[in-house]
Amino acid sequence: MTTGTRPRRRAGPGTGHPPGEPRRVAYLYLLPAFVVYAAFLLYPIGRAVHLSLYEWDGLTLGRWAGLANYAAIAADEGLRAAFGHALVLIVFYALAPLAIGLVLAAILNHAKVRGLGFFRTVVFLPQVVAMVVVAVAWRRVYAPDGTLNDLLGAVGLDALTRGWLGDHAFALPAVGVVGTWFETGLVTVLLLAGMSRVPVELYEAARLDGAGAVKEFFAVTLPSVRGEIAVALTLTVIAALRTFDLVYITTRGGPGDSTSVPSYEIYHRAFGLGQVGSAAAIGVTLTVVIFAISLVINRFADRRES
Amino acid sequence: MISRGERLANYVILTAFATFALFPILTIVLAALGPDDSAASAGPGFSVAGLHVGNFASAWEIGRFGTYLRSSLAVSSFVVVVSVVLSIMSGYAFGTMRFRGQAVLFYLFLLGIMMPSEAIAVPLYFDLRALGLIDTFWSVALPQVALSVAFGTFWMRAYFRAGSRAIVEAARIDGASHWRILWQVLVPPARPAIVTLTLLVFMWTWNEFLIPLIMVTSESLRTAPLGLAFFQGQHTSGFTLLAAGSVIVATPVVIFYLFLQRHFIRGLLQGAVRE
Repeated sequence: MTTGTRPRRRAGPGTGHPPGEPRRVAYLYLLPAFVVYAAFLLYPIGRAVHLSLYEWDGLTLGRWAGLANYAAIAADEGLRAAFGHALVLIVFYALAPLAIGLVLAAILNHAKVRGLGFFRTVVFLPQVVAMVVVAVAWRRVYAPDGTLNDLLGAVGLDALTRGWLGDHAFALPAVGVVGTWFETGLVTVLLLAGMSRVPVELYEAARLDGAGAVKEFFAVTLPSVRGEIAVALTLTVIAALRTFDLVYITTRGGPGDSTSVPSYEIYHRAFGLGQVGSAAAIGVTLTVVIFAISLVINRFADRRES
Repeated sequence: MISRGERLANYVILTAFATFALFPILTIVLAALGPDDSAASAGPGFSVAGLHVGNFASAWEIGRFGTYLRSSLAVSSFVVVVSVVLSIMSGYAFGTMRFRGQAVLFYLFLLGIMMPSEAIAVPLYFDLRALGLIDTFWSVALPQVALSVAFGTFWMRAYFRAGSRAIVEAARIDGASHWRILWQVLVPPARPAIVTLTLLVFMWTWNEFLIPLIMVTSESLRTAPLGLAFFQGQHTSGFTLLAAGSVIVATPVVIFYLFLQRHFIRGLLQGAVRE
C-alpha cells in the first residue's frame, strides 16, 4: 500500500517542447531500462493474464479454466465482499481526506497563519513513515488496552471502549480511519499548492460582489482547484483499492472476513489457499479497475475544465 | 480582514488536526522510550534522564534489526543507483530525441506507473521459483527497479523536455557526443530533479513490504519492514520493544524527510500534477 508503494500518476500525452532531432541512438539509451522493465513488469502482467485462465495450486499441473476465475469474482461471496470493502475504504481514503483537506487548505491559504511550515511538515509526515510502522502504531491505538480506549475512559465514555480491530462492525471503519489519517496530509498539501496559484484579484472581485467566506469558497476557490482535486482523488482512490500492508499487519482480513480486501485476497489465495489462478484473476481485475477509475476521474476533470 | 473569532477558530482546527496527525506517531515514540513492559525484561535497563533509550539496544539485539537494516540498505542502494541511472538515460532519450515508436514506448512505461505491484508479484514469484531465483537479493531488488524505472523515466523525461534546447544545440555544434552532452551538459544542472527522484525511490524501496514478503524466506535477506512484521508476530509479551523496533525502521526515511522536506513534497506533488 501507499508508502511502500510507488504513487499512481496521472498520465497524458505531453504538450511541451517538440522532441529533438531524429536519433537512432535513442534506442540504445532506452535499452537497459526497457530490458528490466519488460522482464519484471510487462512480462509478469502478461503471465498474470495467462495464469488467470487456469485453475492451478502452484505445484501440480494446472487445469484450463477459461473465464471461470473471473466469473467467480462476481459470484463468490467472499470476493464480492472484498471488493465491497474496498469501496467502503474509498470513502475513508479519498472522500474524507478531500473534505478535510479542502477545509484545512482553505484556512491555510486564506488566513495568514503563523507556523504554516511546521503544520505542513507535520501533516505530510505520515506519507513518509513505512506503512508497516503505521500499522503497528495504530494497532496499539486500537488495542483493548490501547490509547484510544484510555482516552475514552479518561473522558468517562467507558461504555464505548472495545477491541476496535476485533469487532465485526468497527474493524473496517477502524482500518479506514488509518487511511484518512494517512492521506489527508497529501491531499491538503496538494490542494494548498493549487489554491496558492489562484490570483488574488479573483478573491478581491468576489469580495466586492459581497461574497462571504463560504460563498467565496464555492465560487472562486473550488473551481480553481478542480485539477488538483482530480489528482488527489486519483491517488487516494488507487491507494484505497491497493490497501495491503495495513490489513496484513492489523487484521489479516478478520474478524471473519470483515476487513478482507482485494490485495489481501490475492496474497491469501496465491500463498495461503493454493488458488493461484483465482489470485491472478483478482490481480488483473484490480489492474483494470485502477486504470478505468483513473481514466474516468481525469476525463471528468478535463471535460469540466474545457 | 479576518475577525479575531475566525482567527481563533482557524488555529483550533489546525491544532486539532496536527494533534490527530501526530498522535499515533507520538504513541509509538513514547512507548519506545518508556520502561520495558515485556516479561523477558531483565531489569530497569539503560536510561537517560528518565528516557529508556536502552530499549533500542534491546530491540536491536532481540529483534535482530541490525541484520534487517543491512539488507534494507543493500537493496535500497542497489535499487536507487540502478533505477536512477537507467531513468536518466531513458528520460534523456524520450525528452530530447525523436525516434520511431516513441509514443507507444512511452505509453508502455506509463502503464508501469499505474500498475499495482500485487498483480505482478504473484506470477513473478512462480516464474522466479522455476528459475531458482526466489529468496535471492535479485528477486527483491529487480522487480523494484522495474517499478521505479517506470516513474523515473516519466520524471526525467519531463525534466529534460522542459530544459533549454539551446544548450544542447550549442554543445552539439561544439562537437560534443550525445554521451558527453548527457553527463557533462544536462546532468549537472539537473541535480535537484535527480536528488528528488533519488529520495523518492529510496523511500519507496525502504518502505516496500509486499515484494520482500513474497520473495524472501531466509532471515538474512529480510528487509526492515518485513523484519518488523515478523518481530510483531513473535514478540507478543509487551509493546515497548516492538515500538522501539518501529522507530528504528521508520527513522532513516523520516530523517531524510526532515532535512530535505522540500524534495519529498515537491516530488510527490509535482510528479502527480505535471503534464
